[in-house]
Amino acid sequence: MAGAGGGNDIQWCFSQVKGAVDDDVAEADIISTVEFNHSGELLATGDKGGRVVIFQQEQENKIQSHSRGEYNVYSTFQSHEPEFDYLKSLEIEEKINKIRWLPQKNAAQFLLSTNDKTIKLWKISERDKRPEGYNLKEEDIVDIKPANMEELTEVITAAEFHPNSCNTFVYSSSKGTIRLCDMRASALCDRHSKLFEEPEDPSNRSFFSEIISSISDVKFSHSGRYMMTRDYLSVKIWDLNMENRPVETYQVHEYLRSKLCSLYENDCIFDKFECCWNGSDSVVMTGSYNNFFRMFDRNTKRDITLEASRENNKPRTVLKPRKVCASGKRKKDEISVDSLDFNKKILHTAWHPKENIIAVATTNNLYIFQDKVN
Amino acid sequence: MSQKQDEENPAEETGEEKQDTQEKEGILPERAEEAKLKAKYPSLGQKPGGSDFLMKRLQKGVSLISYPLLLESKGILGMKSIEQKYFDSGDYNMAKAKMKNKQLPSTGPDKNLVTGDHIPTPQDLPQRKSSLVTSKLAG
Repeated sequence: MAGAGGGNDIQWCFSQVKGAVDDDVAEADIISTVEFNHSGELLATGDKGGRVVIFQQEQENKIQSHSRGEYNVYSTFQSHEPEFDYLKSLEIEEKINKIRWLPQKNAAQFLLSTNDKTIKLWKISERDKRPEGYNLKEEDIVDIKPANMEELTEVITAAEFHPNSCNTFVYSSSKGTIRLCDMRASALCDRHSKLFEEPEDPSNRSFFSEIISSISDVKFSHSGRYMMTRDYLSVKIWDLNMENRPVETYQVHEYLRSKLCSLYENDCIFDKFECCWNGSDSVVMTGSYNNFFRMFDRNTKRDITLEASRENNKPRTVLKPRKVCASGKRKKDEISVDSLDFNKKILHTAWHPKENIIAVATTNNLYIFQDKVN
Repeated sequence: MSQKQDEENPAEETGEEKQDTQEKEGILPERAEEAKLKAKYPSLGQKPGGSDFLMKRLQKGVSLISYPLLLESKGILGMKSIEQKYFDSGDYNMAKAKMKNKQLPSTGPDKNLVTGDHIPTPQDLPQRKSSLVTSKLAG
C-alpha cells in the first residue's frame, strides 16, 4: 500500500539529528513533547528532566538553496522542577507534558510549558535570549473527579483549544469519547455541547477494548473543521458536525492486535502516541514502534511507513519506505512483528505549519526530515 | 494467521460477505490474546489489573480497582504515589527506616538513627534534585 511518499508523492530526506548517540539513556533525557511555533522558525522540545530546548531555523541562503535552513540551538532552560505534595503524598514529576507557542506580537517569543501541576509562561527576549518565567494561576475548567476515587472509571486523556474559536475546546477520555465544550455556556464546563463517540458492537468487546480505545491525543485541523484522535491502534478524523462516527479511520499498526497480551504485560499498551496534521490538513502523521512513523494522505488514501534511524544519516538521503510483515512469508526488506523493538517508540511528532519539514522524536533524539528540494 | 482461522472457523469463512469476515478476523486475535492473559492471571476479574502492585492487592482480598487507578499505579497518570512500591504506609516506613540504618555508620548510638519507632516526615525523604545538566539535545 505504500506509495512513493505520503502526500503528493513527497520524498522525505534526512536533514538533522539532535541528541546523544549512546544507547544508555538517562530518564531526564527522554523527550516528552515537540512543537513548532506559528511561523515554523522555532522548534521547541521538552523532556522528562523538565528542560526546554528551543531551536531556530537558519535563514535560507537564497543563492544556494540545496535545502532549507538548518535548526540550531537558540535557547535552553530548566522549566520545571520535581515537587512533592506533602498533603497528598504525591510526587509531581518535572516532565514537560506540553509546550504551546503564543502567536508572536513583538520581538519577544512567548511559550507555555506545563507539567502535571503547573503551567508556566516563558518570555524569551530576542536581545539576550534569556527566558523569564511566570507561573499561571491554576483554574479548574473541567472536573470529573467523583466523590470516591475508588469509583473513578474514566479520566481525561487529552485536551485542545479550537484554533479559531477561542472559547471552544475539546477533551478526550480513557473510554474513547471526545467532548466539545463552550466556555461561554458556564464557568465549569462539566456539561458538553457535543459528544463524539463511535458506537461499538458489544459482541466484539474484549478485556482490551477499553484500554485500546482510550484516546491518547486529540488535535484540531488547522482549518478548525475537523479533529483527529489517536487511540492505541488507529487514527480517526472527525467532522465537528458529525458526532456519531468518525469520517475517516486509518490503521496505524493493526498487526499489534494479535500481540495485545504481551503489550499489556510490558505496559506498552498504555503508550500515549500523539498525532499531527500537515499545514494544509491533507496529510496526518503519527508514530509507532521500532522508531517507525506513519503518514496518511487523506486525498490519495495512500500511506507510508518511515524509520528514524541514524543509519540513514546522510543529508538529502531519501528515506526508504518500511513494511511490517504481519503474517505469512516475510518478503525481503520487510520486518516481522516479532522483530520489532518495542522500546524504540515514537510518541511525539510535529509538522512545520507551512513547509514539508517534520520533527520526529525517538526516546532521546530529535530527527528533522524535509522533502527533497531539487 | 489467516490460515489458522480458516481451520478453526470454516463455517464463518464461507457464506459471509468479505467485509464481515475481515471484521471477525480482526476480533478473533483480540479474544485469543484475552484468553492468553486470563490463562496467565486466573484471578483477573472483569476490570483490568495486572501489575505486581495490583496483584498483591488482589491476593489480599482488596476489591479490584478501576482502570484509571491502574494507570495511576503504573505511574502512567504522572502522579506517582509513594505507595506504588510498597503495599501500605507501614511497609513504606519500615523500608525507609531500614534504608536510614544502612546509610549511617555503626559507631555507637546516634540521635538521628531511625530505628523504626521514628515516624518519618517528608523532610526525611530523599530530596529529588532537578537535573542541573544541560539537555544533550543542546549539546
